[in-house]
Amino acid sequence: MKIEIPYPLRPYTGNQPAVDVDAATVAEAVNGLTSRYPDFQKHLYTPDGKLRSFVNLYLNDEDVRYLPEREETAVNDSDTLSIIPSIAGGSCPVG
Amino acid sequence: MLRVSQPVYDALRQHGEETYPHECCGVLLGHFLEEGGQAVNAVEEAVRAGNTRTDSAHNRYHIAPQELVKIQRTGRERGLEIVGFYHSHPDHPAQWSLTDFAEAHWLGCSYVITAVERGAARVTNSFRLAGEREEDKAFEDERIEVTGQMNPGFEPEPLRQSRK
Repeated sequence: MKIEIPYPLRPYTGNQPAVDVDAATVAEAVNGLTSRYPDFQKHLYTPDGKLRSFVNLYLNDEDVRYLPEREETAVNDSDTLSIIPSIAGGSCPVG
Repeated sequence: MLRVSQPVYDALRQHGEETYPHECCGVLLGHFLEEGGQAVNAVEEAVRAGNTRTDSAHNRYHIAPQELVKIQRTGRERGLEIVGFYHSHPDHPAQWSLTDFAEAHWLGCSYVITAVERGAARVTNSFRLAGEREEDKAFEDERIEVTGQMNPGFEPEPLRQSRK
């Protein structure tokens, strides 16, 4: 399957905009990515292993967080996993 | 530096006027260039996005990730990348806020802010999110080059009527 890499994280994949991995689940796909590019790990996960709050994983058009089996969802070669940082803000002075 | 054509520049400012008193938001598609050692985010297109923060749309914005995924996908199909984002600050200066900074995660991208005063677009500024990771990110002032006009950033005064 293909993992699409957004520009901010591309320095950690040798500037590749997309990476092909062999995987049976979303988790295997992400592990395949971070195994090949170890520096990628800390940009996706907190030190205690949780996906960073501002990082979204989309399997095709579905938010992985809301899939019944989440990261254990099965994937096939034609699937695309998008790693997409969130975008928000506003003039409000406090978060 | 942010490079944007006059029609796209006008369009993103007009978007802020249309959504006033709420914040508008959108995505800038284009190319990451380097010219003489300087990073240039060259915008080809501004794509309007919906503001999901309907609970506080006058001073907050958020683009649904699913919409972002689709914009990124359609952009890449045309050879374009997400090079930045834009939003408006209704009745508020065109300066990034602590909220803008806290919620900014696209390193290397441009964050364009237009101040809209009583429904009229005023100052537009751009800030590049510099840094190599979340922990050392910083907003840097970024020059906007508007192409297709004689003097970018210069607003001529109205011509005086000649006396007869």
